[in-house]
Amino acid sequence: MSTDNPADDARLSPASVDEPTFQNGRADGAADEDAPPVPNSKSSPSAVQPKVEIEDLDFWYDNGDTHALQGISMDIAPHQVTALIGPSGCGKSTLLRCVNRMNELIENTVLEGGIHVDGQDIYAEDTDPVMVRRRVGMVFQEPNPFPKTIYKNVAWGAEVNGYTGDMDALVERSLRQAALWDEVKDQLHSSAYNLSGGQQQRLCIARTLAVHPDVVLMDEPASALDPIATSKVEETITELKQDYTIVIVTHNMQQASRISDETAFLYMGRLVEMNPTDELFTRPEKDRTEAYVTGRFG
Amino acid sequence: MSTEPSPTLDAPADDRPQDDLTQQVYNSPKERAIKYLLGACALVSVLTTIGIAAVLVIESIPFFQNVALAEFFGDTRWTPQFANKHFGIWALLSGTVLVTVISAVVALPIGLASAIFISEYAVPWMRQILKPGLELLAGVPTVVYGYFALTFVTPLLQTFIPGLGVYNALSGGIVVGIMIIPMVASLSEDALQAVPDSLGQAAYALGATKFETVVRVDVPAAFSGIMASFILAVSRAIGETMIVTLAAGATPRMTLNPAESIQTMTAFIVQVSKGDTPQGTIVYQSIFAVGLVLFLITLVMNIIANRITLHYQERY
Repeated sequence: MSTDNPADDARLSPASVDEPTFQNGRADGAADEDAPPVPNSKSSPSAVQPKVEIEDLDFWYDNGDTHALQGISMDIAPHQVTALIGPSGCGKSTLLRCVNRMNELIENTVLEGGIHVDGQDIYAEDTDPVMVRRRVGMVFQEPNPFPKTIYKNVAWGAEVNGYTGDMDALVERSLRQAALWDEVKDQLHSSAYNLSGGQQQRLCIARTLAVHPDVVLMDEPASALDPIATSKVEETITELKQDYTIVIVTHNMQQASRISDETAFLYMGRLVEMNPTDELFTRPEKDRTEAYVTGRFG
Repeated sequence: MSTEPSPTLDAPADDRPQDDLTQQVYNSPKERAIKYLLGACALVSVLTTIGIAAVLVIESIPFFQNVALAEFFGDTRWTPQFANKHFGIWALLSGTVLVTVISAVVALPIGLASAIFISEYAVPWMRQILKPGLELLAGVPTVVYGYFALTFVTPLLQTFIPGLGVYNALSGGIVVGIMIIPMVASLSEDALQAVPDSLGQAAYALGATKFETVVRVDVPAAFSGIMASFILAVSRAIGETMIVTLAAGATPRMTLNPAESIQTMTAFIVQVSKGDTPQGTIVYQSIFAVGLVLFLITLVMNIIANRITLHYQERY
């Protein structure tokens, strides 16, 4: 269905989002038979087992009064950066938080559908959310280091999770991965609050990596940062995909195009389009996507 | 004061009021008067404290002219009303310490645990019942607590501890503890609530359980507030009078045995103040010396509390 006529899409009108085409109009990263227009440089993750599979996910706040996500299905490929974009309130952060069950910490929410990480149903009855979060880490919008030293911030999660190896080495490695080591190696035992916002955010990334997750979720990790700090964080993210699968929510389309391999565009709780980033930004399939990426709304 | 715009110059085209910019509004007498009034109010408590300290010191001087400091701090008996007078503060101090320690053992864990439950575990409707419930407990007059100790807690304890006297430090201490639980719980809960949600979220996202998050993130982050609640509550226990007067006895005794009848410093002051001790006698003067010791203890505790909170504070 990914080749349906764009003219069918009534632009911007919310009503059109309810069209059933969206149910299967998603570009499921798996390029079945006819890979749409040009299977360009980015190796399409066809052969690879997806890291995260989201299947027909519905999510409600307020005991079902607010339908935040509607029939979302997507596959997230391993060792790639997947960006979730869309206007405020489109559900991108909600979707992100479903992937490590952080939404459960909010009262009165309802979820239907499934999410599999490495083929394991993370919402299965016998799946423990705490174990899911050790596998799927998260970096938040505002840097939120603990009011502790830099060292303790990085070691915290590993300690809680019963890490018994060489903590010094783990802290160093995590800080190096987050491209922060050189800046803080002489002040590991001073407060994390002495760091700048950008450094704090990279510390939060290091803290997440120290738990050895497979997937790292990032919720607008650079939106509270200045341009220089942003570019540092972006560099870090690009480095990280060698070892991790990264899903990043951003409202900044330039950022999505700079750092992501795949981009999913969400609008009013639905997935409008998911494609390799170059394609989505240069040859969007849907009119609504084009309207959004060219800045006509959003 | 003068709120009317002063019509100067030519009338402007529109009827926008033309204020005289040199009009002294910011530094007007009214503004200054308010400043001084507020300052005076702020001074009341400071001056009162200084006044109390001064009275205690001045009134204690005659006492210490009769009783050497060496005796005051060296003797272990406190028998001002006997023919053979002894003025060893330790007998009263140990009573106060005993009651305070027992009350702290009761109140600090229960108070903190309640605070953690209300702040982190309770669902909204539970919180709506528990918080006012605790505050109700704080509103019970201490004389009622005193009777509660004497007529309920002591008989209850006697069923467990055979031979326990009617007056004993244990019963008084437990009830003083119950009295200060709301203080610990309420202030600690405020401190826990003040910890930003984002810290807990970070902990959960790192795969921490609820308990790990509470113990290793929320409580340390709220440490200075929790410590402040402890110190305030313990200070309150040290100064508590009615419960111990009613339930703990009137027997100054240097002991750390909670089953014994004791007398606290506050209870001694009550006894002398309410009695027929004539002014000017050494017994009368002794209550100022005891009061001074109480005051100093509280002062030192507050200083220690400040040091601790400054040193261990986790800023967020």
